[in-house]
Amino acid sequence: MNLTRATFIACALALVGAAGVPAPVAAETTLRVVMHSDLKIIDPIWTTAYIVRNHGYMIYDTLFAMDAKGEIKPQMVDKYEVSKDQLTYTLTLRDGLTFHDGKPVTSEDCIASIKRWSAKDSMGQKMMGFVKEMQVVNPKTFKLVLTEPTGLVLSALGKPSSNVPFIMPKRVADTDPNTQISDSTGSGPFIFKKGEWKPGDQVVYVKNPSYKARKESPSGLAGGKVVKVDRVEWKAIPDHQTAINALLAGEVDMLESPPHDLYPVLKADPNVTLFTSNPLGNQYTFRFNTLHKPFDNPQVRQAVFYAFNQEDFLKGVIGDPNYYKTCQSFFPCGSPLYTTKGMDGLLQSNFKKSQEFLKEAGYDGTPIVLMHSTDVAVLNNLAPVAKSLLEKGGFKVDMQSMDWQTLVARRAKKDPPTAGGWHAFLTSWVSADILNPVMMGFMNASCEKAMFGWPCDKDLEGLRDAFARETNPAKQKQLAEQAQVRETQYATHLPLGQWYGAFGLRKTITGTLEAPITVFWNVEKKGK
Amino acid sequence: MAVVALTVFLLLRFTTGDPAAIIAGDNATSQDVAAIRTKLGLDRPVAQQFVIWIGNVLRGDFGESFFFKKPVAELIVGRLQPTLALATCTLLLAVSMAVPLGVVAAWRRGTWIDSVVMGFSVMGFSVPTFVIGYVLIYLIAIQLGWLPVQGYQRLEEGFGGFIERLILPSFTLAVIYVALIARITRASVLEVLNADYVRTARAKGLGNLAVMLRHVLRNAAVPIVTIIGLGVALLIGGVVVTESVYAIPGLGRLTVDAVLARDYPTVQAVILLFSIVYVLINLLVDLTYTFLDPRIRY
Repeated sequence: MNLTRATFIACALALVGAAGVPAPVAAETTLRVVMHSDLKIIDPIWTTAYIVRNHGYMIYDTLFAMDAKGEIKPQMVDKYEVSKDQLTYTLTLRDGLTFHDGKPVTSEDCIASIKRWSAKDSMGQKMMGFVKEMQVVNPKTFKLVLTEPTGLVLSALGKPSSNVPFIMPKRVADTDPNTQISDSTGSGPFIFKKGEWKPGDQVVYVKNPSYKARKESPSGLAGGKVVKVDRVEWKAIPDHQTAINALLAGEVDMLESPPHDLYPVLKADPNVTLFTSNPLGNQYTFRFNTLHKPFDNPQVRQAVFYAFNQEDFLKGVIGDPNYYKTCQSFFPCGSPLYTTKGMDGLLQSNFKKSQEFLKEAGYDGTPIVLMHSTDVAVLNNLAPVAKSLLEKGGFKVDMQSMDWQTLVARRAKKDPPTAGGWHAFLTSWVSADILNPVMMGFMNASCEKAMFGWPCDKDLEGLRDAFARETNPAKQKQLAEQAQVRETQYATHLPLGQWYGAFGLRKTITGTLEAPITVFWNVEKKGK
Repeated sequence: MAVVALTVFLLLRFTTGDPAAIIAGDNATSQDVAAIRTKLGLDRPVAQQFVIWIGNVLRGDFGESFFFKKPVAELIVGRLQPTLALATCTLLLAVSMAVPLGVVAAWRRGTWIDSVVMGFSVMGFSVPTFVIGYVLIYLIAIQLGWLPVQGYQRLEEGFGGFIERLILPSFTLAVIYVALIARITRASVLEVLNADYVRTARAKGLGNLAVMLRHVLRNAAVPIVTIIGLGVALLIGGVVVTESVYAIPGLGRLTVDAVLARDYPTVQAVILLFSIVYVLINLLVDLTYTFLDPRIRY
């Protein structure tokens, strides 16, 4: 009984004590953010995970960057020259660029970083296919000498999403691309506080006092990266409801990706606002496995083009039309290569036409093994909608439910669908990842070297190669249109419409930028 | 422990999912995934992987987390304090509430007090921990603003913040535990209250409080201590949920994150640790019997 009484008193005292202790006062310029995921890996070249890419934008800088209009602008580069024969790019770095350890950023650092990035990134590999050599001219200037002209150099070096060609010190960039780096020295606007990094709890960045921002206004990922807070903390709160509650209570300042069904809760609070940061948004996609019957037959894949319509998917998942739009294009609506060429009559749920195509293709009723992801809110309802539309279009469907990580592992298997493989699944791409035929991973139809689904089409690959070689934007656009038309015949995947997410923000937060990636320069925090 | 180790190892290897594919990210190619799998040693036969792992464990090396690139032991040590703090506070809170409630319910058997206590007990069993958590957060943290919604502050950063962030999670987790212990306490005390020696004590003129403290509780303690010990398993399960709801970076969250990410070395080590703790607590309970009831000998 003594123990019980003592315990009771202790807890009572603790309660009283806690009530009397004021909550710790947060520094005014500490921005507390709940990101879409916890940071577990810190090498943005080793993995393509978006949270690691976002970490990269905090601490590293890039030679070029994409602005809000989708144009590639110099970032670390002060000026660049292209020779008349378009075979030599000479890049000169801005004055005063230094790494977090105080050492200057040099041409050698840039070349080593490009080499490591291009060993992993598919667009980097494509670009390096044109590069004969990279030469140091002086500590601030280096050259890329090409074997033949290509329009890829700037778009690859200014590639906005994974893998991003971040510039690291040579000693770090010399690390084998298949080995994770452990040194997080960058030259970006924030410094990673590795000692305060607690995986599963928080990631801490502080303002880089030595960072020399460009003079231009910030635009997308380009322009002046002026940091207006002293410290940014990424808080790991995996439970959406808890994260929402923390925002409403003012314990965090910003949620990167609250689920759409909780937007009304945020809208109802006078201290919170929703901000759509990524004007290009994301694209839903239906991916075929072209290795196995019946999707080894392009005509069967074309039938799906007729069975589907985008509105059903977007309504089924996003619901609120303010956060989605149909887009009859493989390239995102609002992006430079957007086109509707070849898309007439497709994605309109013409079930009769779908059934005709299946009959002509000799579809034998093999059930489509459709992988259904059940634990990612923005993907959960896609597969049930697809199943319904496919069945109306004449397919038999075996929808198999699993968590996203199981799906990720299974999609890498080439086994027959009856032996643990698959026929199709649905996912979402950040629009910044699919802006052109080379960048668009699912358009890669290079057979064994292609992404899971392993499409194999010489015509499509020829068009992608031609796009990579072309330096004239107008001709690039024509090639992109031709690639899209070819896609409607071969069908590596289907675009299922664009959707948008919104940040949940305390109203004390201003200056958030419209960009395809969540960035924290220019963001201000006023008051509590 | 060997059976636990083998079972956990095999369960993880035969569970769907591939840590290499998760690490590589959504845009990775099959070649990237294969390279990572080789790097992690997952391309070796399962038996070989087990022999390597168990050999290292016997030398005290639990390996390195696939994701965090840190020794698993270091990860566990870093997550130990929040979980221990939560479990200890919950246990203290639960025992200090449940035993008096159970005793009062037995003492006032059949009255409205008994009905209220048992009603609370049924509710405590029936309502899932996460529901209790969300309700408490809504009422106490959001509506009244008395306590923080989430998070954990380490003890060394200040006792006020430490205890402030533990109150709601501890209450949440304690509810089911209070329900369990109160029921057993009531049943156990009721049984002893009807015993001859209690009647004798009363006949000798001892007061109610003295009878309860000296005779009833002492003799009713064995089942109560047993259920507190057995309830640790319940506590471990509850910690996993509670830490997720309140964003507490403890072992429960580590377990969930590691399972979702198929971080084999971390899951294996954490489950081994939980198993050891469970065995030790049961041992402690068995030893406590000899103190509470000298007739028990091993």
